[in-house]
Amino acid sequence: MDSEKARYQQLTQEMMPRRPVLRNAIMAFVVGGLICVVGQCIQWFFMHQGMSAKEASSPTAVVLIGLGALFTGLGWYDRIVKHGGMGGTLPITGFANAMVSPAMEFRTEGLVMGVGARLFTVAGPVLVYGMTAAMVVGAVRWLITGVA
Amino acid sequence: MGVARRGKATYETTNVWIRGTGSVVGPNEGSGPLKGQFDRVWPDEQNGQTTWEKAEQAILSEAYDEALRKSETDWSQIDLVVGGDLLDQIVTTNFNGRTHQRPLAGVFSACATFTEGLGVGAMLLGGGGLERVMVSAASHHQTAERQFRFPLELGYQRTPTAAWTATAAGAVVLANERGPLRIEAVTFGRVVDLGGKDPNDMGSAMAPAAYDTIQQHLADTGQSAGDFDAIFTGDLGHFGVEMLIRYAQEKQLDLSEVLDDCGRSLYDADQQDTHNGGSGPGCSASVFAGPLARRLVQGDYRRLLLVATGALFSPTTYQQGESIPCIAHAVAVVREEASR
Repeated sequence: MDSEKARYQQLTQEMMPRRPVLRNAIMAFVVGGLICVVGQCIQWFFMHQGMSAKEASSPTAVVLIGLGALFTGLGWYDRIVKHGGMGGTLPITGFANAMVSPAMEFRTEGLVMGVGARLFTVAGPVLVYGMTAAMVVGAVRWLITGVA
Repeated sequence: MGVARRGKATYETTNVWIRGTGSVVGPNEGSGPLKGQFDRVWPDEQNGQTTWEKAEQAILSEAYDEALRKSETDWSQIDLVVGGDLLDQIVTTNFNGRTHQRPLAGVFSACATFTEGLGVGAMLLGGGGLERVMVSAASHHQTAERQFRFPLELGYQRTPTAAWTATAAGAVVLANERGPLRIEAVTFGRVVDLGGKDPNDMGSAMAPAAYDTIQQHLADTGQSAGDFDAIFTGDLGHFGVEMLIRYAQEKQLDLSEVLDDCGRSLYDADQQDTHNGGSGPGCSASVFAGPLARRLVQGDYRRLLLVATGALFSPTTYQQGESIPCIAHAVAVVREEASR
């Protein structure tokens, strides 16, 4: 039976339709790149208002998150990611999508056990491991350079 | 009336008839290649209901209405409802019981629920004592996405082998009085697991279960695949059908001439972006209750073997790394003239 399982899994791998990896990669580059270009334009706008590049980065992130949330609400963002893949998921707009989509989805189960409890179902792992990685990197930096 | 055992897992039923069928589908299903062959098509997925779960209950309720209307049956004449769906605690089927108030036996074989219900209903009718049995199965794209996958508006890429849960419901009124179609035999499947673990590729996981049940049915009844005008699996989809044909070929069973699949037929893969094809209990139920029953009645087919296929996993089991156990149940349906 185990050999039959192994053989069948091998047959499945052989016959599996191929994913369009090259096309996906190019689309991810284009879509991710476009989002970054939009972000850059927003940053330039704030710098034009007299902010330094560093000062402008926070309001830029806020505007991008707002746009990501808006596009999710309008039902457009899932289509962007469908074509753009990681190019749409990785920018901060994708994080907004990961927060807003469960909020929309689970409102029928109420504000506490629905939206409240399920809000981080997608973004939760990103936060947990993002913060863990930041702490590890920070600790390494502190050990090497002595700068916290 | 009667039920006679044939071979290891097959039961022949006499005087079990399909009096009428009802099929109601969502907008995507209703505008695919099977357009115009369902009783009702919803204009949108929610159709005025406040939650997706209520929408699934409503689409099943409409399928019941159509089956009753076409079989000229009143709810009071239904002795037993045998049905199921994909949601936890089969709420769609059970909640409908609040309104129809008929004795209800809920069943579950994931997407093979419809033929499990047909088989159980046919055997109970054949066994005597009951006169009319309602059999049903339903699913809804959005409720299944919520339960098994991600929030609807979350952006992610589906793999080429991912199935698209159909928004669809099918219901059949079985009776021991003559109707246009007769249930000839039923084969209950066993659980087959050849180690598939990918919930985005249920087609290849379910293909060996479909093979197991089909060959069991043929062996038990002494028939060959060519004795049927068509063998329809439930929701193997494009890839699952390829895998089944190949796998059966290796076992010296040629299905390439007669095999088709409800899920593969339901959508236009190029135009509708549904990847591997339709799935869900409502997929095989609606495709049988609509297009396939129509083809049988009109004479395109005389003998049909419907083999709905189910992947018996839950989100918890696949997150724990378990493989996907699968099952298939077969029901042979024949047109009246052919049966005598």
